[in-house]
Amino acid sequence: MKPASFEYARAESLDDAIGLLSGAGGDARPLAGGQSLGPMLNLRIARPTLLVDLSPIAELREVSEDEDGITIGSSVVHSAVEDGEVPDVTAGLMRRAASGIAYRAVRNRGTIGGSLAHADPAGDWAPVMMALGASLGVMGPEGGRSVEADAFITDPLTTVLEPGEIVEAIRVPRLSDAARWGHHKLCVKPGDFAESLAVVVRDPDRNRCRVALAGATHAPILLDDVAGLVADADGWSDALADEIKNAAGSGIAAAGFADTGDRYAMNVHATVTVRAAREALSR
Amino acid sequence: MTSTTISVNGRAVTADVEPRLSLADFLREHEGLTGTHTACEHGVCGACTIMLDGRPARSCITLAVAAHGAAVRTVEGYDGDAVMATIRDCFKRAHAVQCGYCTPGMLATAYDIVTRLPDADRDRIRLELAGNLCRCTGYIGIVDAIEMAITEVGGGS
Repeated sequence: MKPASFEYARAESLDDAIGLLSGAGGDARPLAGGQSLGPMLNLRIARPTLLVDLSPIAELREVSEDEDGITIGSSVVHSAVEDGEVPDVTAGLMRRAASGIAYRAVRNRGTIGGSLAHADPAGDWAPVMMALGASLGVMGPEGGRSVEADAFITDPLTTVLEPGEIVEAIRVPRLSDAARWGHHKLCVKPGDFAESLAVVVRDPDRNRCRVALAGATHAPILLDDVAGLVADADGWSDALADEIKNAAGSGIAAAGFADTGDRYAMNVHATVTVRAAREALSR
Repeated sequence: MTSTTISVNGRAVTADVEPRLSLADFLREHEGLTGTHTACEHGVCGACTIMLDGRPARSCITLAVAAHGAAVRTVEGYDGDAVMATIRDCFKRAHAVQCGYCTPGMLATAYDIVTRLPDADRDRIRLELAGNLCRCTGYIGIVDAIEMAITEVGGGS
């Protein structure tokens, strides 16, 4: 349970980090809080030749709020969101999500950008950011670009990041006062990765309704047909629950990768989706 | 080898270490502070939990080089701390210790619960303890101890 040897460098700035990462080739990995990479190093699942420590870079911990939303530096830790140190533009959704990530000792070190870039298929932040319509600011040797949260993760532990690119910040649009959300995470014990995690955001004033599901497929997915049902719903009913359950099943099957023959798992994901939708429509 | 400077229980320590060395192994093997225990070594069991800049953290998945500039407090570092003295006493009275392997991590988490969540009820205490595994006690004594400590530190009965 000890990592294989690697080189280590402290990045003094974002440019420094990008230079170190791209200079070293594909075997270099950025290190933020290390709460996902640390276990993978100890288990020797990850064997990078160089770790570039982003923690000295103060600008990655910056948060700025404006009328339209908030920009959260990628090195902001989960507990800062949990404790409300980060202004909340999501009517409590981000605080709920943060407080359910692993354990307090992990949330004190683990970062929002690191969690997204690690891209565990059952990770907590990706479905939240997808449902919120957030985007990720990415910086690399070729300059900066913006990636929609729903296009960021492509496969387990795989994102659209190119070698040398770093998630700099996450841009979260502000919900309107009329917006309602639901968040349901099913896990075997508190703090585990989700067996299934559904997030529903319904914001009629912004003409937006999104439903994201993690844990069912190789990457978290948007369930557009479920979102359509939630957007058009006028209150909650058992009939609506059945419709959502069917639409969730079809959406998971259409996304591929999932074991649709596993009726227990399919029922779990559909039920978790229903519960998140019910919460959003009952608030 | 990479240089790291860490405040360990109030004492500044500078050492050249291999980058792959965990903070837990640094504390145990370089500093002789064997009160920090390692068990799962991948962040699940909580035995290695220490205070890093005043907040509980896993020392098995924190690199010693990444703790550069930080202040670490281990189970050996609570001399004269009235809150921890109360928590220790409650652990003793509530029979919250059996083999003792999880205890240093439990004490760090208990300290965090008592100081951060003075209104925590038994359900919340259990939720906060989810990241610290104990294979002896069945947790009841530990939950009792933390509940008692919250009351006593808060100036209650």
